[in-house]
Amino acid sequence: MAAIYSLYIINKSGGLIFYKDCGTKGRMDTNDSLRVASLWHSMHAISQQLSPVNGCSGIELLEADTFDLHCFQSLPGTKFFVVCEPGTPHMESLLRYIYELYTDYVLKNPFYEIEMPIRCELFDINLTQAVQSDRVALLGR
Amino acid sequence: MQFFGGSEISPSPPVPTASGNNAHMMYVFNRNGICLLYKEWNRPLHTLNPQQDHKLMFGLLFSLKSLTAKMDPVNADKGNLGVPQLPGQGCSFHSFRTNTYKLSFMETPSGIKIILVTHPKTGDLRESLKYIYSLYVEYVVKNPIYSPGSPIKSELFNTALDQYVRSIS
Repeated sequence: MAAIYSLYIINKSGGLIFYKDCGTKGRMDTNDSLRVASLWHSMHAISQQLSPVNGCSGIELLEADTFDLHCFQSLPGTKFFVVCEPGTPHMESLLRYIYELYTDYVLKNPFYEIEMPIRCELFDINLTQAVQSDRVALLGR
Repeated sequence: MQFFGGSEISPSPPVPTASGNNAHMMYVFNRNGICLLYKEWNRPLHTLNPQQDHKLMFGLLFSLKSLTAKMDPVNADKGNLGVPQLPGQGCSFHSFRTNTYKLSFMETPSGIKIILVTHPKTGDLRESLKYIYSLYVEYVVKNPIYSPGSPIKSELFNTALDQYVRSIS
C-alpha cells in the first residue's frame, strides 16, 4: 500500500504555513520543517532560472532514492507539496483536491489572515480524510 | 553494479527510449564543483553567462541533495539540514521534472556528478547516465595525458558522447 509521508504548504514568500506529518522516521522538528520549506522555495525558483526554454514554472516532481516529492504551485504563488513513496499514483489530483480544500476551508474562513500559519479545524479534518489512501485511489478514477 | 568495476564499456548500451534528439544540455562536475564538461544541443534560452550558470547548477544540486538527505522519510538517523555528506552517503535523488525540462542526475563514489537535461517526457535515464560514466572512465580517466580536475578536451570522448546522447533521447 502506497503511503504519504508528509504534506507542506508554503506561502508565496517561502514561509511554512502548514505542515502535516504522517509517518516520517527520525527527527523532524518545527525548525527543520521551516528550513526545509524555505529551502524548497528557493530550489523551485532556481530551477526556473536554469530552464533551457521559456515558460518554466518550477519543479513538479522530484524523484529521490526513497521518496517522491510532488509539488503544485497555485496561481497566487502558494506551493503545496507532498512527500510520498516512490511511484505513488494520483498525487497531482490529490494536490489539486488539497488546494480546493484550502480555498474552501482556509481562504473562506473570515478569521484567517492571509499568508499566516493555518489553524482551521475543518481543514485539518477534511485533509486527514483526503490523505487516507483509499480516498486517494478514489480521486484517481 | 556495472560502473564500479567494469574495465570495458558495457557491450550493449541501454535501449533508446524515443527517437529524435531532445537532449537540451549536459554537465559534468567533479567533487569540488569544477565544471569538467558542458555541452548543449538545443538551448534557446540563456539567462546567465556560462560561468554563473554552472555555479547555479552545482549549487542547485548540492542544496537539493542536502534537502533530500534531510527529508528522507525511511531513515531514522539523519543529521541536521546541511551537514556535509560524502558521495553516496544519505538519501540522494536521481531526477526532477518541471513543465519544460527533466534533469537526470548521477553521482559516482568519487564525487563526479553527471547531469543530463532533456525533454520532460523522457523516461528513466539512470542506465544511460551509467553508460555515459563508463564512456568517461574509458576515454578520459584512462587517458594518460588527462590531468584530473581539468576541463575535458578529449576528442574521442566528445564524439562518442555526442553520438550516444543523440541516440538516446
